[in-house]
Parts: sequence; C-alpha cells; structure tokens
Amino acid sequence: MNFMASKQPENSLLGPEADSQRTLYPYVTGTSVVALKYKDGILMAADMGGSYGSTLRYKSVERMKPIGKHSLLGASGEISDFQEILRYLDELILYDNMWDDGNSLGPKEVHNYLTRVMYNRRNKFNPLWNSLVLGGVKNGQKYLGTVSMIGVNFEDNHVATGFGNHLARPILREEWHQNLSFEDGVRLLEKCMRVLLYRDRSAVNKLQIAKITEEGVTISQPYSLKTYWDFSAFANPAQGAVGSW
Amino acid sequence: MDLNMNLDGPHSMGTTIIGVTFNGGVVLGADSRTSTGMYVANRASDKITQLTDNVYVCRSGSAADSQIVSDYVRYFLHQHTIQLGQPATVKVAANLIRLLSYNNKNMLETGLIVGGWDKYEGGKIYGIPLGGTLVEQPFAIGGSGSSYLYGFFDQAWKEGMTKDEAEQLVVKAVSLAIARDGASGGVVRTVIINSEGVTRNFYPGDKLPLWHEELEPQNSLLDILNATSPEPMNI
Repeated sequence: MNFMASKQPENSLLGPEADSQRTLYPYVTGTSVVALKYKDGILMAADMGGSYGSTLRYKSVERMKPIGKHSLLGASGEISDFQEILRYLDELILYDNMWDDGNSLGPKEVHNYLTRVMYNRRNKFNPLWNSLVLGGVKNGQKYLGTVSMIGVNFEDNHVATGFGNHLARPILREEWHQNLSFEDGVRLLEKCMRVLLYRDRSAVNKLQIAKITEEGVTISQPYSLKTYWDFSAFANPAQGAVGSW
Repeated sequence: MDLNMNLDGPHSMGTTIIGVTFNGGVVLGADSRTSTGMYVANRASDKITQLTDNVYVCRSGSAADSQIVSDYVRYFLHQHTIQLGQPATVKVAANLIRLLSYNNKNMLETGLIVGGWDKYEGGKIYGIPLGGTLVEQPFAIGGSGSSYLYGFFDQAWKEGMTKDEAEQLVVKAVSLAIARDGASGGVVRTVIINSEGVTRNFYPGDKLPLWHEELEPQNSLLDILNATSPEPMNI
C-alpha cells in the first residue's frame, strides 16, 4: 500500500517545487547607503560596488536612481531585486503620468508604495533582498525614509542601511543639525563614507553623491576618496610585541 | 535593516600573502586587513612575523591560530639556536611550523608561508597550507586573495629576478588582490631577507597603483565641482 503524495496546485508556495521561486540568499550585493536632510533638500551617498560574495566583482554599479520628479531611491542588497523594484516604480510613475492631471506622486507616496511591496513579499517568504532609502522634496517639504527587506519602515533626519547604521549614524547623530549647507552636508557624508571604506569589507573606493531639491535630482559623477595611512603606529605595529598584529 | 552582521565573529585574516625567491634572498609580502565577519577589526595589521633574525613567516587564516603557532615556533627556534650555536636554517623553521600544523590539523585553520635566508641554502620559501603539507617552492601565494593571483603569477613569474624586480612583483600582486578580494585591504607590507640582513617596507593604500575601474582619489566632491565650473551637473 502506498500513499500518494498530496498534489499541490501549480502556483502554490508550499512544497518542494516552490523553493526554486523563493529568494534564499543574495548573489550580487551592494553595501551601505547613507542619506541626510540638509537646507535645500536631501543628500544621499552610495558606493558603486557590486560584490559577489567576498569578491569585489563589479565596480561601476549605480545604486541610486531618480524616481519621477520628486524622489531619489538608493538601495543596498541584491542588485537584481533593486532592478526589479525600479521596473515596478517605472510602471507606477507611468500610470501616474497617464492621469495627466497635474498631480504627481511625491516621496511620501513612493515610500508608502515600496513599504507595501516589501512587506507583502516578506509575508509570502519571498522577499526582495534590499534595504531601501527614499528621499525627496515636494512643495517645499523634505522627506527621507527607509524600508528594509522585511518591511520595517520609518522616516528620520538621517538614515543609513547595512554597515552604515553602525558606523555612519553615530557620526550623524553627533554632527548633523538642521539647515546644513550643501558643502557641510557633502563633507559630512564623505566623512561617513571614508569610515565605511576603512571598516566595511564590501566597500569599494568609488562613490556617487546625489542631491535632490525642489528643482530636481542631480547625481554626481563617480569619484574616489583619499585614504590616510600615514600614522607612525601603522608603520611598525608589532614593534613592542613581536608576533602580534 | 540587515540582520546578519556578525560583528563578534572569529578574527580571521582573509588575507593575501606572498613569498618569492630572487637571486640571493627572498621577499615576503602581505596585505594588512584583519576582519571579524564583515567588519575590518584592524586595517593596518602586520601579518609578516619574525621567527628568527633570518627567518620570517606570513600568516593567513585564523588570526588566533596563526599567532599561537608562530609564537610556539619562535620559542622552539630560540632554544634550537642556542643549542646549535649558530642561526637556524629556514628548513628547520619550516619543519617546526609543519609539525604543529600537521599534528593539530583538526583544530587549526591557518595557512603559512615561511621565508628566509641561511648560509647553506641561500634564500628559500616554504608553503605550509591547511593540513600541514610542507612544500618548498620558488614562490608561494596564500590566503583568500591568492585565488585572484594564480593567473597573474603563471604569466609574470620568472626565475633569477633581482631584489627590486622581486619586490615590485610582490607589491603589484598584493595590490591586484586587494582590488578584488574583500577580505584583503589596507597597506602592502614587504620584508626582504638576504645575506646582508632584513629590510621592512611599507606601501600605504594611497601609494598603490590604480587598476581597472579605480579612480584617482580626491579630497572631496566639492573640489571637483569647483574645479570644473560653477554650473550644476546633469544626470
């Protein structure tokens, strides 16, 4: 006597056939995104690395993209899932434009949409493996929010993903203040990105800084940061204790 | 928020380590990154450790395991040198490393490259990978970053290089590995050992050559913006 295995409908997410559809782990990943509110809008920074495990495989990946007229999206995590999100948002903006009613989706709305997408995917055990940062300005109102792969979302004056939470946000908590100038904001972000470059294994020395104001989005050309190694302690660290590090 | 950031993971030297013989001695090279999980615990570590006046070892893998093995071997070699009445040979140092690595193979996770100069054999390099195999080689590469260097060495290695050629090769190789291996980074350290003695060199991250898709470092984006022109950029 044998029991027949229970037959699942084709599109069920239970059973072994469904496992090929679930995201189990990420392959090509981006690391931290850091963003802050400043006088005229939002500044956001991300490096251009796409890591493949521990290999720094791709070094010109753009991880920040403008969305519509009023928003900027930065992503860390699986790059293919980020590209899929951009496709969803393209469709969203297209439909919004087709109304042709003079209204346009602002950053708050886009953030809400992304939150719903991420949370619903999480509930189906098939997450989009990203941490997103959504910033924008509409009608003079600045907005900066974040959504994680499990749907945790909130807004703040400064946000970061991944390692940025541990290394950049403490710096921002100390040094951020209301009405930062563009120059001060850029310098603050660069300070954070340099620490990430020293201390995050998946960081790559090629980054972009993006700004979004009432006028629109500008993403800088890629550039590299200087790093500092000229400390006497670095030249001969094991001098007093041979065999240590 | 990413949930898997193992900041308390075991200290591991992802690493790139290299040892190369040349006409009259050896050059040892290494990067300087020690990581715990994805965090860089030390960005300026010294992975080239002295065993005797004339023998050094490059350490990779578990930081703890490699430190304890090199500490024991330094201790044994010290006693051996006193008893022998003259400097220990590179072969003896390498074999002591091998004994510890082999006899504790189930517990240790460290790959080592021993290099030095003695009056009997001249400059010698010995590779001792996981498991405790001892392999004498004209050049040796190890650590996670070495995966990216096999093709490079197949093409660039030549017998009978001069001291400067050998050191340039090592610096270039470590720098290439740093560009692609997330577990390697920081500065390039080299140690040159020959009949005359030992020379330590230090090549900071900003002095290394730039490779594909790497850009010239700047102080700030603001310098770039002011240099080009006052007009705003477009996407």
